[in-house]
Amino acid sequence: MAVSTTSSTVMNNVEAVRATLYEAMKNDDRTIILGEDVGARGNVFLITKDFINEFGDRRVIDTPIAEASIVGIAVGMAMEGLRPIAEIQFADFIYPAFNQIVGEAAKTRYRSNGEYTCPLVIRTPYGGGVRGALSHSVSIEALFYHVPGLKIVAPAFPADVKGLLNAAIDDPDPVIFLEHKKTYRLIKGEVPDGHYTIPLGKANVLKEGTQLTVVSYGLYVHWALDAAKQLEAEGHSVEVIDLRSIRPMDKTAILSSVEKTRKLLIIHEDNKFGGVGAEISAMVAEEALFSLDAPIRRLAAPDVPAMGYAEPLEHEYMSSPAKMAEAMRALVAF
Amino acid sequence: MAAAPGELPNPVPKSTSPGRRPSPTSAKTAAATAFQRHGLTDEQLVALLRTMLTHRTLESRGFQLNRQGKIPFASAGEGHEAVQAGAAMAFERGTDILVPYYRDLGLDIGIGLTPYEILLSLFGRAADHSGGRQFPHHYASRKLGIYSISSIIAAQLPHAVGAAYAIKYRGERRAVLTTFGDGCTSEGEWHESLNFAAIHQLPVVFLCENNEWAISTPLARQMAQPDVYKRAEGYGIPGVAVNGFDPVACYAAVKEALDRARAGGGPALIEAKCYRFLAHTTDDDDRAYRTREEVEARRKDDPVPGFERVLIEQGILSEEAAEQLKQSVLAEANDATDRAEAMPYPAAHDLYTHVYAGGCEPWR
Amino acid sequence: MAKTDTKAHAIERYGLSDEQLLQMLRNMLMQRQLDNRGFQLNRQGKVPFALGSEGHEALQAGAAMAFHRGKDLLAPYYRDLGLALGIGLTPFEIMLSIFARADDHNGGRQFPNHYSSKAAGLLSFSSILAAHIPHAVGAAYAIQYRGEHGRAVLATCGDGTTSEGEWHESMNFAAIHRLPLVMLVENNEWAISTPLHKQMAQPEIWKRAAGYGMPGRRCNGFDPIETYGAVSAALERARSGGGPTLLEGMCYRFLAHSTDDNDMTYRTKEEVAEHRKMDPVPRFEAALTELGVIDAAGIDAMKKDVLRETNEATDKAEALPYPAPSDLYTHLYEGAWQPWQ
Repeated sequence: MAVSTTSSTVMNNVEAVRATLYEAMKNDDRTIILGEDVGARGNVFLITKDFINEFGDRRVIDTPIAEASIVGIAVGMAMEGLRPIAEIQFADFIYPAFNQIVGEAAKTRYRSNGEYTCPLVIRTPYGGGVRGALSHSVSIEALFYHVPGLKIVAPAFPADVKGLLNAAIDDPDPVIFLEHKKTYRLIKGEVPDGHYTIPLGKANVLKEGTQLTVVSYGLYVHWALDAAKQLEAEGHSVEVIDLRSIRPMDKTAILSSVEKTRKLLIIHEDNKFGGVGAEISAMVAEEALFSLDAPIRRLAAPDVPAMGYAEPLEHEYMSSPAKMAEAMRALVAF
Repeated sequence: MAAAPGELPNPVPKSTSPGRRPSPTSAKTAAATAFQRHGLTDEQLVALLRTMLTHRTLESRGFQLNRQGKIPFASAGEGHEAVQAGAAMAFERGTDILVPYYRDLGLDIGIGLTPYEILLSLFGRAADHSGGRQFPHHYASRKLGIYSISSIIAAQLPHAVGAAYAIKYRGERRAVLTTFGDGCTSEGEWHESLNFAAIHQLPVVFLCENNEWAISTPLARQMAQPDVYKRAEGYGIPGVAVNGFDPVACYAAVKEALDRARAGGGPALIEAKCYRFLAHTTDDDDRAYRTREEVEARRKDDPVPGFERVLIEQGILSEEAAEQLKQSVLAEANDATDRAEAMPYPAAHDLYTHVYAGGCEPWR
Repeated sequence: MAKTDTKAHAIERYGLSDEQLLQMLRNMLMQRQLDNRGFQLNRQGKVPFALGSEGHEALQAGAAMAFHRGKDLLAPYYRDLGLALGIGLTPFEIMLSIFARADDHNGGRQFPNHYSSKAAGLLSFSSILAAHIPHAVGAAYAIQYRGEHGRAVLATCGDGTTSEGEWHESMNFAAIHRLPLVMLVENNEWAISTPLHKQMAQPEIWKRAAGYGMPGRRCNGFDPIETYGAVSAALERARSGGGPTLLEGMCYRFLAHSTDDNDMTYRTKEEVAEHRKMDPVPRFEAALTELGVIDAAGIDAMKKDVLRETNEATDKAEALPYPAPSDLYTHLYEGAWQPWQ
């Protein structure tokens, strides 16, 4: 990314979202934020705290409880020249809006042959590890990344949060911006000052290595990094790639890494069957079969609906740096 | 006369002579004394009839073409001509926005879409606004303010609300007219849209074209109480019913609501009661779910011959002029048909355009 | 000894006996006690989350009294602790849910307050607002379809839920088919931070009933007897084939939405304090004392007994084990859970 590195600020992921939204609201009065509890409450994670005082209730809208129309109304705003940022309070609540996302937002440009467009951002916190149980923990990217016309990003670091959120806001097409809620306060980092964007479809190599390529995103990429460092201490060299962008996805980064290491482990929090790892596996098998010295492996959630509220159930569902290190060791030794 | 695509046609057709005005002393029929023009001039009244005739003619043309095997599909709004012509007359061109549904051919024509553009859609040609992608009757025209819609019932209503929000937000003196059938009012998004529009007092008019049938579902199976407009009170917005077979009454009701909306008076729900004379589409056989007797009985309310009769009785149109009008409409339809049919389909590579602003490839 | 005669200014009791009045009071006290216990445990770091229902006690005790156990079905939402208790769930079952133990009805899978009990007729539900209302409608359809007279479904939700499309679709369907359903909206004026006037333009939810073609009315949700009267009449109508009713019980949410919410970010202490004056629990204590159904000593004894039962339930539930990791994989399908076979 072309950005001045002269100054930066340390912040966590939730602060990065907040700061980026704030700048977007200040710089473009076509920007509207709408969702449940975003105004007076300032969002249930305080992301938009006090925004309503500064920008007013015409631009920070506390909507009724009505997800289909939160997205649908945002689509209409976008078609009519505003730049709405719709919030779905938890990704688990997004299903009533499914048609508006998949059948409407994704198809607006296509069905009107470019006469109408839908520059829309849908932000939503996802993921588990916070005792959120069955309806406050799910991952939804697999449901949507399948759909032409949508774009999906899932940054894991504050600097990426800012760059990708800016890119999403600037994007003339609908973007689902996934924020892992456990990383909100957990993950801190340097965020360059000033406005910048990170292009969609570009992954980031977090750690170089020679024996194994690990591809991940979200909370799990942090744990994968921890596990890779553990393996380093054991004398193994593991490369870790943060996807950042799920649709479009960075083929070049994945293939050039696999050509180097010849082994691939995909790690994601979402269920295994039909998850993002499935598409990556298929692509690599199609295009780099003879670069592989081992089968492609996926470490993902068991194929059960969601993590239960009781601690052992959440623990069983979710991975951990230790489980990831285990999988890495096995593949390195293959 | 038909305009080229993209060109706004003259709303008052020059080819029709209005005919002789009634002498103040001539006898009037019972219908005549009930006739109200609500401020419309003779030209406008005739224009209403022309829209209705064009609506009927083009839809029949669609059915014809389907029977001839030239197009795979057509739908019809026979019975809706009056409400749509009237509503279109109230629409402010260049200002308002229309978010219609798939049975609104007359509304689209009435606000300026040309028969040629209609036929391009029916034939699925490349020059169609959607590049031949959309089902017929899913017209869109950015220039005229007709929003692009899908076939998903009620999905367009939150869009209408969002557009109205944008209008109000920018302080523009504009309104959104959005239309739907009786079946649509059962959808959750219908409810969510009216609620939001009411809370924010948005400049959007919700016009229900209640034709009593949602494919095979009669009104009694769609709702327990048959007056859609009565739900308005629950949302805290005004609601009225109007005779959907009377184009001038529909014009008046929609005009009042749109004027109020433009002036900042908030949303409204209008229910125009009409009837669907034909099946849902060319793929539907309504003999499976309703009797010919019912349909025939309702035919006596057919607004197209009905309004023609009214204009003749009022002396606004002579019989000869009416006949000329029909011929003109037919000629226009024929011209549009021939021209559109001669146009090419989209090319195979057109599949890949307009997925995003940039390339469509998911892998980078 | 409590008098059994009502006083000179007789109130409408809708046929409720003294025992039933006392049962309602106990329900209200137990609801408040268990609510507080959940918050306590959260503050002690023993449970990660709790959701309160202070303000809803009268409404729920009254509604529960009208419910016919063994016959009716309840389709509640996550603020219906009092209703769950009132239709027969025990404090122990409540605490199992709060502690997410293996023996919980949901095997520790669900968030607390997401009760489920086939035996009691309490339909399993999720956290997704309004999603349970079409379920209630479907269950009512099944009852009607099988010709089961004398049974009805009581569905509840908050004011916010009435904005959801699924609420609308459900009311419409129930009305078309004259289903044995009572839709009880517990209007506590707040949906997390969204006040009523941002949720709807016309604040009387019951008025939507006419649009659907069903009867609707409002009742004072701070008065358990009035609520009982309204719910009872509506359920009777439903049970005898008279069709659905939309009821709106007015109350107020005294606490924040949950332990993860800070309500001072969106409303004032003064507003809450003003509404606290209508707290239905002390008011009903006072009302029953005035009626001569109970006295101060009796109330005190009842509260002590409620506390005792709460403590026993807490200790008993806390001592039980969590679900095992292998429990993750059960009850996904009837057969194997694996997608590749």
